[in-house]
Amino acid sequence: MMARATSAAEVAPTGYAWHVRAEGLRVKAGRRMAVDGLDLGLGVGVHGLLGPNGAGKTTLIRSLATVLRPAGGVLELFGERVAGRADLRALRRRLGYLPQEFGYYKRFTVREFVEYMAWLKEVPKAEVPGAVQRAVERVGLADRADDKLRTLSGGMVRRAGIAQAIVNDPDLLLLDEPTAGLDPGQRVRFRELLHELGADTCVLVSTHLVEDVAAACADVVLFESGKLLFQGTPAELAAEGGPDDVGDSPIERGYSALLASRGKTDGGKAGAW
Amino acid sequence: MNRDEHASAELVARYAAGDPDIPPDRLWAVESHLEGCEVCRVRLADVAPPPVAALSAAVWAALEPELTAPPARVRHWTRLATWATPSLVPWLIMTLLVLFAVVVLELVLPSDAMPSAVLLLAPIGPVLGVAVAWSRGLDPAHELIACTPRAGLELVLRRTTAVLVVVLPVLLLTGWLTGDSAAWWLLPCLGLTSAALALGGLVGVRRAAVATSVLWALLVVGPAVVRNAVPVVLVPAAGPWWAAVLVAGAVVVLMRSRAYVRVDNW
Repeated sequence: MMARATSAAEVAPTGYAWHVRAEGLRVKAGRRMAVDGLDLGLGVGVHGLLGPNGAGKTTLIRSLATVLRPAGGVLELFGERVAGRADLRALRRRLGYLPQEFGYYKRFTVREFVEYMAWLKEVPKAEVPGAVQRAVERVGLADRADDKLRTLSGGMVRRAGIAQAIVNDPDLLLLDEPTAGLDPGQRVRFRELLHELGADTCVLVSTHLVEDVAAACADVVLFESGKLLFQGTPAELAAEGGPDDVGDSPIERGYSALLASRGKTDGGKAGAW
Repeated sequence: MNRDEHASAELVARYAAGDPDIPPDRLWAVESHLEGCEVCRVRLADVAPPPVAALSAAVWAALEPELTAPPARVRHWTRLATWATPSLVPWLIMTLLVLFAVVVLELVLPSDAMPSAVLLLAPIGPVLGVAVAWSRGLDPAHELIACTPRAGLELVLRRTTAVLVVVLPVLLLTGWLTGDSAAWWLLPCLGLTSAALALGGLVGVRRAAVATSVLWALLVVGPAVVRNAVPVVLVPAAGPWWAAVLVAGAVVVLMRSRAYVRVDNW
């Protein structure tokens, strides 16, 4: 039996309706408009961001993380517009972000790395040691906390990355391909952590692994060519697929059915490799 | 059973073995007595059956290192990193080597007419350091830092301070060795740094620092070498102008402090 996951429909935070709200959002990646007219609303719960490579998932996440400035449209985080010279400082205190590829200082130990990130996120000084210890324990790195990052395996570094993302107890947690480099056992534990976090946090997990979404997310956001293709529960996604569609599981079949229908309207290009 | 009266050996043994037939009132009495009586706890430990002894030994083995360990060492790196990133270290070493080479050249090849290289290059030393300190390509953790609340003017200023703290003493020392008084270059140095930061709010700190350095090389260093004279902007009389640049730059930086929060302004 799967642990209870909070669905996006249960959103009732005070002051704002959605943690993330986008309306006609456009974001550039270099010269390309990687997010092009996106309408999206995300509340508390675990949302899986699915899409083929190059769909613009990373660009979307970077713009939600306030790293990239939107080129057009409306983007609201916690009910506040992120535009122009908005005061990002208060917003950023409530963010957690794990980039797909992240650099770090190799001489730092796991604890120093997470402590430094806690300082950057303005966690009150007295709370830093406790918050760091909790974050490191939650990702299962407590026994390696005082080892240097350069001695860790790729999967452990990624877990250290997850630890820094959650060290400030964010209200909006953005994870870009967090399961890359994790072995199957670690993936299962990571999904348990997602369930836990999703109870009171808006978590957006980008992945191209359909099975991650099926197991860990209460809400699926299917994203293709910079636009929203589908948003709903994994069951609704599975219902989109028929027996003739490509895939080994109902959700995979739903995924390929949606991409293929999109491909037809685009002249059949998107379905090809 | 009151506090002065110890539990009987028979009762302690039954308690240690986890005997389920001890009446609840006696169980409660022996437990509360054990909590307050060290003698009986020792007697309990002596008669504890092997599984209990093994369990308490394992717990103790796990706890002992933490309880007896020396206090955690001071985390130098974290404290230092709030001012300068580890990626600055190679740049600082390079600066020291370059200045060392310049000093050696000055001392080995005395040139009376030429303005000294230390004097000509000192004003852009910290500017280049600031470019290194706040540049996307040279800070591996930039993507993580870019979305944190501290990213922005505070971090730019902290890193600039770190660069100045290291570079200025070295410049003072080399200036003293080659006979270039700080009165000639200190204000231009601070003025250029301030101007580069102000420009950085518009075009990004790294681009601004590089542009400032290139302009300095073209407009000041080049002509000085060609004309074989100390450039007019580096004579002590130009000091007030540089002080004005310093103040104006600082004012612009503070007024436009929000321009530094985005990564595309790095």
